[in-house]
Amino acid sequence: MNAATPVARIADTGWVHVGTIDDIPRQGARCVRTDGATIAVFRTEDDRIFAMEDRCPHREGPLSQGIVHGNCVTCPLHNWVLSLETGLAQGADEGSVPTYPVRLEDGAIHLQLQNPA
Amino acid sequence: MALEKLVIVGNGMAPGRMLEHLFEQAPGRYDVTIFNAEPRVNYDRIMLSPVLSGEKSFDDIVIHDDAWYETHNVTLHRGARVTEIDRASKTVTSANGITAPYDRLVIATGSSPFIIPVPGHQLEGVLAYRDLDDVEAMQRYASFRGNAVVIGGGLLGLEAAAGLHMQGMKVTVIHLMPTLMERQLDTAAGYLLQKELEGRGIDIRCGANTRAILGDGDDRVIAVELDDGTVIDADMVVMAVGIRPSTALAAEAGLEVNRGIVCDVQLRTSDPAISAIGECVEVDGRVYGLVAPLYTMAKILAADLAGAPVDGFLHAETPTKLKVTGVNLYSVGDFAEGDDREEVVLRDAARGTYKRVIVKDDRIIGAVLYGDVADGGWYNELLRKGECVRELRETLIFGQAFQNAGNSDPLAAVANLADDAEICGCNGICKGAITGTIKDKGLSTLDEVRAHTKASASCGTCTNLVESLMALTLGDSFDASAPKAMCGCTHLPHGDVRRLIKANALKSIPAVMQELEWTTSGGCAKCRPALNYYLLADWPGEYVDDNQSRFINERVHANIQKDGTYSVIPRMWGGMTNSQELRAIADVVDKFAIPTVHVTGGQRIDLLGVKKEDLPGVWADLNKAGMVSGHAYGKSLRTVKTCVGTNWCRMGTQDSTGLGVALEKFLWGSWTPHKVKLAVSGCPRNCAEATCKDIGIVCVDSGYEVHYAGAAGIHIQGTTKLTTVETEEEVMEITAAMMQMYREQGFYLERIYKWADRVGHDTIRAQILDNPDPRRAYYDRFVFSQRFSQTDPWSERVSGKDKHEFKPMADLSSPSMEPAE
Repeated sequence: MNAATPVARIADTGWVHVGTIDDIPRQGARCVRTDGATIAVFRTEDDRIFAMEDRCPHREGPLSQGIVHGNCVTCPLHNWVLSLETGLAQGADEGSVPTYPVRLEDGAIHLQLQNPA
Repeated sequence: MALEKLVIVGNGMAPGRMLEHLFEQAPGRYDVTIFNAEPRVNYDRIMLSPVLSGEKSFDDIVIHDDAWYETHNVTLHRGARVTEIDRASKTVTSANGITAPYDRLVIATGSSPFIIPVPGHQLEGVLAYRDLDDVEAMQRYASFRGNAVVIGGGLLGLEAAAGLHMQGMKVTVIHLMPTLMERQLDTAAGYLLQKELEGRGIDIRCGANTRAILGDGDDRVIAVELDDGTVIDADMVVMAVGIRPSTALAAEAGLEVNRGIVCDVQLRTSDPAISAIGECVEVDGRVYGLVAPLYTMAKILAADLAGAPVDGFLHAETPTKLKVTGVNLYSVGDFAEGDDREEVVLRDAARGTYKRVIVKDDRIIGAVLYGDVADGGWYNELLRKGECVRELRETLIFGQAFQNAGNSDPLAAVANLADDAEICGCNGICKGAITGTIKDKGLSTLDEVRAHTKASASCGTCTNLVESLMALTLGDSFDASAPKAMCGCTHLPHGDVRRLIKANALKSIPAVMQELEWTTSGGCAKCRPALNYYLLADWPGEYVDDNQSRFINERVHANIQKDGTYSVIPRMWGGMTNSQELRAIADVVDKFAIPTVHVTGGQRIDLLGVKKEDLPGVWADLNKAGMVSGHAYGKSLRTVKTCVGTNWCRMGTQDSTGLGVALEKFLWGSWTPHKVKLAVSGCPRNCAEATCKDIGIVCVDSGYEVHYAGAAGIHIQGTTKLTTVETEEEVMEITAAMMQMYREQGFYLERIYKWADRVGHDTIRAQILDNPDPRRAYYDRFVFSQRFSQTDPWSERVSGKDKHEFKPMADLSSPSMEPAE
């Protein structure tokens, strides 16, 4: 498997360009691999972009594979629903996923990877 | 005019309650003076056991505080033991020199614990269990941990034993009789109680008699010696073998005394100016030690003092309950065996419960309950009223809820369950947790209850029970039979949504959500896959599949596993394969280092643990060998199992393999409300297990039996036979027509057997079998629909479709971390 397109790193600011909004289908997600966690980058129906660790707090399901609806994603393994904005589990479940700041400029997606919330 | 003077000797629960009634009926009539031998206010003596065990404090059990005495102008002499009654001058005098005149006197001296006069009974560390002083003394000993021996396995002794055990002492109970609490319990219940207490670590010795209490040089208790010579270490001994009415004061005053102070039914003693109340009283030859009859006395005496008409005191059976946390027992009445009485017994060893009701002349005369005591009050009520129970006889033992609701009401059985009865076996959720959560969180829908409690959220077989609990807890506001909304985004149930999609020609998810007034902007993970299916099934060739509304498995055409890898199952038509396919599979396994290869229940091979980015490569190689997607991940046609039929089998009646392959090639690729599995067996021996499939064909000499609506998952159900036909063509037409009817009517995630139950087998038979026109119409619509669905999804993706699904958007990991290719 070939690695994805090399990307420029903006080392001094901590912001990293990871792709464009067109790389992600609406109500879908793509992954960004790092040396640490895999990060899921989500695009909502209204073209907002969110990033969070690709790991459900319940049983570590890959959230990038879930169904995106509203501001939330439903984990593919056991249907936990997590807020894309806060990373918090919704409804009766309790738990949270680290989220990452996202900057969207002219369709280019940048992530701030150093300080997950 | 001066008030009449009422003097009360004793400040226990009975006179306390009596005063409450009196102040209510005749406020301000008496000038009341109380002499209390104990240096304190009136408290709830029944609750001494929880004080001993540390579960309550003294303040918790105070009945009348100082303010109460002040409010009612009561003079309370604390620590003043009355030593003399002068009936001639109508005065009482206490040991500390207080004299008070009376117009009416009430003696409420209660009872004293009985101390067995064994050698050593006067040693330091031998205690009774009667008042707060005793409890405080016991607690002092208990603070050193150490050994306690309780003599007496009755109500009081066992409560003391349990309390001391909770305080950390090593406790031994010595009981003279063969079973515990023999006056209140029969032997079976006594046995269960002994087992429970022993399980907690309390040593119980029944049939044991105390020979002596042994002391050290300082006259402090060190051990108890039994008749058989056994010596049990003891830092403290509690005597709890019984009580005796305290009658000395009355006897000295010349009142008539027998076991207790003899009173008439209005509780007057032999001196009409003097009444008595409580444990010191003897009425009609009986004395009483439990609180209920004493409270009855309180009412009678208050009325008498108030000058109101009085109902005489009548003997009534009083139920017994043991106040030991976690032990439930209840007994009332007479439960001795006898020729003139019958008994009804219910035992449940697993739950540790025992119920026994004793009936004489069609009336309950006694009951003993252990473990499940919920119906104690009901039995006591029947006993008290002397009601004829002949009609109830058969079901008496099942309790009140059973009678009231009758056997046919499912709510009764659920209402009857104990709070710790397990409702959801998958998640280990008991009744109390569910009803408690419904109340605490104000839940009103099944989905909410599932979300908060997990009950019925796994296999779902307990859904009915959970709904019954909701009906019980929520009352009329919960209607389990009402069709449930698809999800939280709409109030419409599946059936309405399907109907409105067709009726309003809604042809996209946004159109459905807009026109049917979805309450969320983009739906949810429950409604979107359902809507996507409905639109796909209803508008073939027009509706464009919304990949983002599909569950991941259908989006990437493989099954996600618990670790985020995928499993790949190529189609093996009718369960047939060959060396070329097997070689290709073996090569794929080696090339992509696939960790697990498994033969499925549907006659094909599952490759498990495939990394997502490897999927297109795996598929490309399988495609090259002529294999396509098995749709093992989809709500779609899964497998058509077959046996080898007339090709090989000496029993075969038809070419079951050939028919199976033909069916699979015809049906594959169609999306359905839920998965669909078929099988074709070549003879009635049914090696392909066709009679538990969604649709099953059993070949017979005369042709083909068509079966449908089987299930072999959480629910197991044999198929219903639709018909027998003579040709393969008829099998194909009927099968496709049924598939299409199901595709058009089924609710998302509803298997064929559930759909059939819902719409009715007669309806299906009428459409598919009895009438060729609708059958042909369904068949034609199915064939039309298949024109748009029989494209191998794997080869599409090998050619580049949905490429984004299989690649990370960016890879920021260090090059050295890349696995070697």
